[in-house]
Amino acid sequence: MSDKNSIHVGEVALQVRNLDFFYGDFQGLKKVNLDIARHKVTAFIGPSGCGKSTLLRTFNRMYDLYPGQRAEGEILFQGRNLLDKKQDLNLLRAKIGMVFQKPTPFPMTIYENIAFGVRLYERLNRSDMDERVEWALKKAALWGEVKDKLQQNGLSLSGGQQQRLCIARAVSVKPEVVLLDEPTSALDPLSTAKVEELIDELKNEYTIAIVTHNMQQAARISDYTAYMYLGEMVEFGITDQIFIKPARKETEDYITGRFG
Amino acid sequence: MDLYRRRIWINRLGIGLSMAAMSFGLLALTWILWVLVSKGFSVLSLDLFLKDTPAPGSDGGGLRNAIVGSGLIILVTTLVSTPVGILAGIYLAEFGKVSRFAMATRFVTDIMLSAPSIVIGLFVYALMVVSMKSFSGWAGSVALSLIAIPVVVRTTENMLKMVPSSLREAAFAVGAPRWAVSLKVTLRAVKAGIVTGVLLAIARVTGETAPLLFTALNNQFFSGDMSGPMGNLPVVIFQFGLSPYENWNKLAWGGALLIALLVLGVNIGARFLFRQNNKS
Repeated sequence: MSDKNSIHVGEVALQVRNLDFFYGDFQGLKKVNLDIARHKVTAFIGPSGCGKSTLLRTFNRMYDLYPGQRAEGEILFQGRNLLDKKQDLNLLRAKIGMVFQKPTPFPMTIYENIAFGVRLYERLNRSDMDERVEWALKKAALWGEVKDKLQQNGLSLSGGQQQRLCIARAVSVKPEVVLLDEPTSALDPLSTAKVEELIDELKNEYTIAIVTHNMQQAARISDYTAYMYLGEMVEFGITDQIFIKPARKETEDYITGRFG
Repeated sequence: MDLYRRRIWINRLGIGLSMAAMSFGLLALTWILWVLVSKGFSVLSLDLFLKDTPAPGSDGGGLRNAIVGSGLIILVTTLVSTPVGILAGIYLAEFGKVSRFAMATRFVTDIMLSAPSIVIGLFVYALMVVSMKSFSGWAGSVALSLIAIPVVVRTTENMLKMVPSSLREAAFAVGAPRWAVSLKVTLRAVKAGIVTGVLLAIARVTGETAPLLFTALNNQFFSGDMSGPMGNLPVVIFQFGLSPYENWNKLAWGGALLIALLVLGVNIGARFLFRQNNKS
């Protein structure tokens, strides 16, 4: 294992070891190693196609939906390799939640959007469920805006509200890790600011891994930053260091905009 | 400038041709409706719904036995073909995808879609009527289901394929098992489209005559017994329309108008529903 990616991050939530990823014959990730710190925000930056989303999608095995995509190596989570064939994918995804680039509310009421995931793993009575829905919506800083219209369709909300609904949905099942795949790229600046504030709140209780195209965003919200290029982990370190004094010239070129 | 002018003329020609094609279709439709209304409207009365088909040569009577028979046969057809068709469609779109079994199912469905309805009627005749030694409403429903199911399968699959993969992924991402993703999220996203598909399939089989001729046959008396021969509108129209009796001919026109209005109503209803749901 090379030194550059094994910086000490304290308590670790996910350990990635020699991870290779293939889309058919194309190799999307090459021997990636890194530790994702517990209850911190880890940002993944890099040009389009560098493999940052691919890496994120290995953490909850989302790639498993598509035949022809496969990962090799190890990702240790709670002491076990989650790439193991025997890993129960539904349980894994309940523990490692995900929010996507485009808001994806389910075609049901706001209330049901939250209750849907909770119901899969917990049997709550009506008032406990009401409480959980309120709790999740408050976590996502959406409660005040929707508390009077919980029975409205989730699709009736604005884009920014929909995305916070998706965050509430991810949080509602009380996962360990929340994966955010460019969560603000479809949002206006105001909504983006709200979601960023939210991420800062959430990291007290959840481990967060975020893919972003916006370098200022990575600098603002993350504790650790990983720069990826062509499927390789070029540099990984404390965010301030990456942005102020990167160790590698490629990283510096990218964050200062001299890249390509 | 010449080039531009040419383009305008080609555009006009294109529009003209499509308008002509459209008016041809519209003309045929309004013509059919006009003939039906002008010949059938006078027959529409309460008697049509309250009295049974009259004996040959006699006056009066109605189509009660045929209307109720058709209703029962269609009801059973709907109850059978909706779940089977939707579940098969879900299997193709969400589970089978490009597996060998799914490809075979899709191929058979496509063949069934274009199978002549008389062949299906004969098949059910050989399968059920011969072995049970009786024409029956059940056999009629089976024959109509065989026609409706492929339509429902195809619409369901096509609708589900339109669900963006991001929604499917989002449902998996909360830890939902595949059945819950399909039944509770993706199916719900295209609910309106699938209901429309089912309604259109029902509208289609409502007017099918050939399959019923071999299966439910006809019954000049009122009967709610699905295990015996049953009166039904298409076959009554066929029989009465070709008969030499004036009263029967009139009733046939009435029945034809009734079926046309029903199918038209279902179609308009389906479209209305689809638009309503797509707005929200």
